[in-house]
Amino acid sequence: MFRIRSKVKYKKTNKRRDSPPSAEIEMDSDEDVSTVLPLSQRPEWSDITPVPQNDGPNPVVPIAYSEQFAETMSYFRAVYLADERSVRTLLLTAEAIHLNAGNYTVWQFRRVIIEALNADLHDEFDLVEQLASKNSKNYQLWHHRRWVAEKLGTEAVSRELEFTKKIFLNDAKHYHAWSHRQWVLLNLGGWEDELAYCNELLEVDIFNNSAWNQRYFVITRHPKLGGIEATLDSEVDYTIKAILTKPENESSWRYLRGLYKNNMQSFVTNPKIPTLCLDVLTSKVYPVFALSLLLDLISNGFEPNQDLKNAVEAVVPESNSQGLDIAATICTVLEIIDRMRVNYWGWRKNNLRSQVAEGVANLSIH
Amino acid sequence: MESSSSAAAAVAAEREPTVSQKEQWALESQVFHIYQLLYNIPPNSQAAMLELQRDSHMEYLVKGLLHLGPSFSVLDANRPWICYWIFHSIALLGESVDIALENNTIDFLSRCQDQHGGYGGGPGQMPHLATTYAAVNTLITIGGQNSLASINRAKIYSFLRRMKHTSGGFSMHEGGEVDVRACYTAISVASVLNILDEELVQGVGNYIVSCQTYEGGIAGEPGSEAHGGYTFCGLATMIIINEVNRLNLASLTDWLVFRQGVEGGFQGRTNKLVDGCYSFWQGGAAALIQRLHAAAAGSASSEVSDDEDSSDREEGQPSDDESSILIRRHTETEPLFQSQALQQYILLCSQVEGGFRDKPGKNRDHYHTCYCLSGLSVAQYSRSKDADSAPLPGSLLGPYSNLVEPVNPLYNIVLDQYDEARDFFSKAPAL
Repeated sequence: MFRIRSKVKYKKTNKRRDSPPSAEIEMDSDEDVSTVLPLSQRPEWSDITPVPQNDGPNPVVPIAYSEQFAETMSYFRAVYLADERSVRTLLLTAEAIHLNAGNYTVWQFRRVIIEALNADLHDEFDLVEQLASKNSKNYQLWHHRRWVAEKLGTEAVSRELEFTKKIFLNDAKHYHAWSHRQWVLLNLGGWEDELAYCNELLEVDIFNNSAWNQRYFVITRHPKLGGIEATLDSEVDYTIKAILTKPENESSWRYLRGLYKNNMQSFVTNPKIPTLCLDVLTSKVYPVFALSLLLDLISNGFEPNQDLKNAVEAVVPESNSQGLDIAATICTVLEIIDRMRVNYWGWRKNNLRSQVAEGVANLSIH
Repeated sequence: MESSSSAAAAVAAEREPTVSQKEQWALESQVFHIYQLLYNIPPNSQAAMLELQRDSHMEYLVKGLLHLGPSFSVLDANRPWICYWIFHSIALLGESVDIALENNTIDFLSRCQDQHGGYGGGPGQMPHLATTYAAVNTLITIGGQNSLASINRAKIYSFLRRMKHTSGGFSMHEGGEVDVRACYTAISVASVLNILDEELVQGVGNYIVSCQTYEGGIAGEPGSEAHGGYTFCGLATMIIINEVNRLNLASLTDWLVFRQGVEGGFQGRTNKLVDGCYSFWQGGAAALIQRLHAAAAGSASSEVSDDEDSSDREEGQPSDDESSILIRRHTETEPLFQSQALQQYILLCSQVEGGFRDKPGKNRDHYHTCYCLSGLSVAQYSRSKDADSAPLPGSLLGPYSNLVEPVNPLYNIVLDQYDEARDFFSKAPAL
């Protein structure tokens, strides 16, 4: 932060435009500084009377704005109230957005001006990218980017996919960026390499739940893959392999369960699923998710064989589960080994009968 | 663990830890170091370490109402939010500010109220659903005739109608984004002001159902990843509009309970780090699920309340009476999360000298202060007979002075203030 005294030109950080694209995300705001004249000293603004903020005599949560901030917003209010859609107001909105990228009113007015002037939409990419390099966790910036991409249509596809990829290099779970990427794929296309991209990200970090979510998105929405039904077998195999690599990885277990979301019949009849549970339970690496999935299977009508029952009981040999059926035994074991969720497993145990009834009812529907 | 067991274990051992693992382990070691300190001191010192630092929190909160430095310029379009975070925190602490400051807040928020309805992020800014929610909740938290009567219900209703989107959801503002937050803030405001009707509800349930993911939680938009904030928003909305049974509650619950990490706090998404603010987003959602379970158990044993006849109500018809009964009729059921562990994370890892933070190593802010205290409230009251009766023995971590006020988790407003507003707006004229 810097203070501006009267008659001193205020400073403004300027982004270097010549830096390589990959460096953009890393760049910080303490780059070269150049000076710009305060608006009140710029001849092209001399006809505008700034409108100060009407905070009242005793404002609460008052912000000690810098002079530059207060002045820029006062000029913005003046032209916003006058609804002036011009080149100079377009430039002013960019100045205001650089001071506070969260001001949705400024962004919205900028869009109104762009439409009125038929301004070049490609300039918006630079603006958004400069802002994203400072702080990309901002609803307005992504909403604006989506608006621009929607206007440009398919020509925006590769640029948007690259832009989000660049964000993911730094933060592979960036929520806004993933939503944006999905919107682009759904509305403008660019699906060709998306499954490969998911593979790539999961190769780097198999715990990246956003990449798993994207994989589910691709499997269910890709226009040419044929949906879950067509890909189920290969997806199950892929996921089982991932689970065996890291049985403690919740993402892969949830993905596997999700593949059967609307297909309980194959869930309970595919022998690979109980085999997976048995493998994980006997490997003694991390049994919680295997037990949880097994409980789901049983609640949906699956009947485990003796090997599975033995494996369940071997998880906590000292647990006294004699006389309990296998589902109740699983709950008891989970109550012991998964203490954070002891109440949940107790609740599941108490509701087993209704769960099974519901599960079987679901089966007969599908 | 057996070392010879399976190929899976061998493969797992070979590989370098991933980014997710490294970050998780680093945080775990930081948090466990803090907990080690607690376990190694005598019990009377433990109580001191676990104490809610009421005075320093109040100092931090009141100071924010009076002055914010230039760095807060990035929140210049969120000033009603800052009001809500601060006033709600103060109310949770059972404190209040002087009348003049309350009146100044009512005056300031009236300057944020748009002439065509709704509240913007500051004076002269466009009305926005989120800041409308924040302003309305602030004014309810302040309470009293002047405060409640300053809200122009009729104009808010017309603003909400204008924000209604063809998808069934809502836009955040004119030309703004459509997501589950927008649905929640619109429906919450309409419900609490007693202006919720068929037109506003129409399509909201479909939109939210389309945002429930294969994991069980709810995403911001269809296709996105299940997320704590959106899950709370979606679940609370569905309860308010009386369509909660359209969600897959079993998978939602299963996803939700797994969000509590070994640190005791909640994470927002699968395999992400815990963050103090999810103490409320996930903890509040868990409290709502707990009440749904209690209500289901109640109706199964035919203990349905006899003063409300809801049998002839059609699905989709707004009925804040039912959701209100749901909040009232508690729960002799156990919470679905580890309440003590959550309180420990909030008090030892999020609490700082004046305010709360995401996690050790981060700075405090008003947002985290609000949602850590809200989460603390939800955790403390997760075992109590009625919504506003004192927690059962053993539910409170730390000294008894730690006890904060109970909230209505649907709106995240302190219960007494919510009751006053509900009474006030139930007598307000129909639009």
